[in-house]
Amino acid sequence: MAGEVRPNPPAEGRGGEIFPAAVLSVPDAVPESPEAAHTGLAERGFALLCRSAAFAVAGLLLAVFVVLGVNAAPALHTFGFGFLTTEVWNPVTERFGAVAPIFGTLITSAIAMLIGLPLALGAALFLNEYCPHRLRGPVIVAIELLAAVPSIIYGMWGLLVLAPFLSAHFQPFMTAWVGPIPILGALFQGPPFGIGMLTAGLILGFMVLPFICSVSCQVLATVDPVLREAAYGVGATTWEVCRNVLLPFSRTGLLGAAMLGLGRALGETMAVTFVIGNSHRISASLFAPGTTISASLANEFTEAVGDTYLSSLQALGLVLFLITFIVLAAARLLMRHVERRAAQ
Amino acid sequence: MSNGETLLARRKLVNLAMMGLCSGAAGLAILVLTLILWHLVSRGVAALSPDIFTRTTPPPGSPGGLLNPILGSLAMSAAGIAVAAPLGVLSGTYLAEYGRYSRVAQVVRFINDILLSAPSIIVGLFVYSVMVVPMSHFSGWAGAAALALVAVPVIVRTTEDVLRMVPATLREAAFALGVPYWRFIVNVAWRAAKSGIVTGILLAVARISGETAPLLFTALNNQFLSTDMNGPTASLPVGIFQFAMSPYRDWQQLAWAGALLVSAAVLLINVLARWLARQRA
Repeated sequence: MAGEVRPNPPAEGRGGEIFPAAVLSVPDAVPESPEAAHTGLAERGFALLCRSAAFAVAGLLLAVFVVLGVNAAPALHTFGFGFLTTEVWNPVTERFGAVAPIFGTLITSAIAMLIGLPLALGAALFLNEYCPHRLRGPVIVAIELLAAVPSIIYGMWGLLVLAPFLSAHFQPFMTAWVGPIPILGALFQGPPFGIGMLTAGLILGFMVLPFICSVSCQVLATVDPVLREAAYGVGATTWEVCRNVLLPFSRTGLLGAAMLGLGRALGETMAVTFVIGNSHRISASLFAPGTTISASLANEFTEAVGDTYLSSLQALGLVLFLITFIVLAAARLLMRHVERRAAQ
Repeated sequence: MSNGETLLARRKLVNLAMMGLCSGAAGLAILVLTLILWHLVSRGVAALSPDIFTRTTPPPGSPGGLLNPILGSLAMSAAGIAVAAPLGVLSGTYLAEYGRYSRVAQVVRFINDILLSAPSIIVGLFVYSVMVVPMSHFSGWAGAAALALVAVPVIVRTTEDVLRMVPATLREAAFALGVPYWRFIVNVAWRAAKSGIVTGILLAVARISGETAPLLFTALNNQFLSTDMNGPTASLPVGIFQFAMSPYRDWQQLAWAGALLVSAAVLLINVLARWLARQRA
């Protein structure tokens, strides 16, 4: 089995290796014997097993794209580009357009980021700089645990607790006081149902908050302590250290954390479906019911009849997958930078 | 002189204001999240009774429990993890060992990271197309497959991370003894990283036990006790969804009880995983 003995790949040119290639390929250099042949077989078999598993995982992404694409094709063929520009969603006449769900997805996520991001960043800075050291560890663990709470819990809380509260107190107040103001007032019109775009955005914001906060804490923890100590040493106040050292140094990572949170908010189903109201209509008012792509899928998919209807829903899924793919890919590219630094 | 003093005073003021804002943000965040937990626990505990664990889901207006959703969730999560664990550990091993320096592995890692936070409802849609449509009925197996797809990226990521932390000395010692690479992986690397790998699998269990969206179009739901995974299967998250959305007071009670059970399970598994991970360090 002399063919088994591969020449060692050149060790130079692969900078950063911990072990020279010669060490890694020791098993290949075992002299030929029945046992060695057996070992070679097991060796290649195991490597093949690991490699196929990894490629299967990677192939999954492609498979999802292909399957969604094939299933969405009839709808996209029927409606063409108009699918992305019409608001009609009528199962009876079989006319479908994706504008309302896409609008809802973007607006609820925007509200979620407006609420969740400042709170999460503020909390992360508080935990990193202002918080007493003894409190810090337990609070970070608590926030990480909250990030693991299933999203359906947030959605259910939104429907059974937050929505009645908003409908009884917050919404009449806003309609009465902010409603008469031109332009801004248009956001707060309509009957106080409790459910609607604003409630969905709020719930999403609460849901991404612990997630963004815990990732941001990890990012801030990668800042070299020497930099902070130096800044404090020249007499900077705590805020000046945050503003001029921590934030500039971890800008990329924090942006990555925000994008990861955005990716979650865009694709989240259960936290939204409970409180969005499922109406395929675009309204200027944030109190009005609306829908998001994921909520439309959750509400309608199992009840959809007819190929065009099913195919249109799958096309919605494809749109959602494309949007989240782009956001998450950007987030990962930003985070990679941080991981590299953490490894150093 | 006075100029310097006012500057200092202003800096201190700004510092104080920002400190107030940051603490306020942290306080508000903690307030909202405790409020959610408090409602969950108070309403959930009020709805708990032995019936929850011994009776099946009732029609509105009659007494009942959550026995069939609990069993369905356990069965589908177990089946999902049984598929996801070997697949995830082997992929993670490839990324950490064979593909440590290869470009292909970088691409796989990148894709895995995207799958890690991809919308889970898309996974449901995918499994619906590749399993439910060909089989022409909803089934617990399809639900388990969807959960497996959600779990795999979690396991891949943690396995790779812990395998990378296996000390170089162990590696060198094994190779110096002439151990084949695969034996090194199985008998040295996996063993050294055992608690870390188990932690990853536990985190994946926690993740899928609260997942609702992938089950909606795959396992669907079932009002009756059924041990047939080949038919529609009830699960706690989907049960919570159905009951919480209903106008019936007793169904909403059941939803709170179910929500408490799911959250308690998820948090307990997370704490256990953390404890395991700390044992190693």
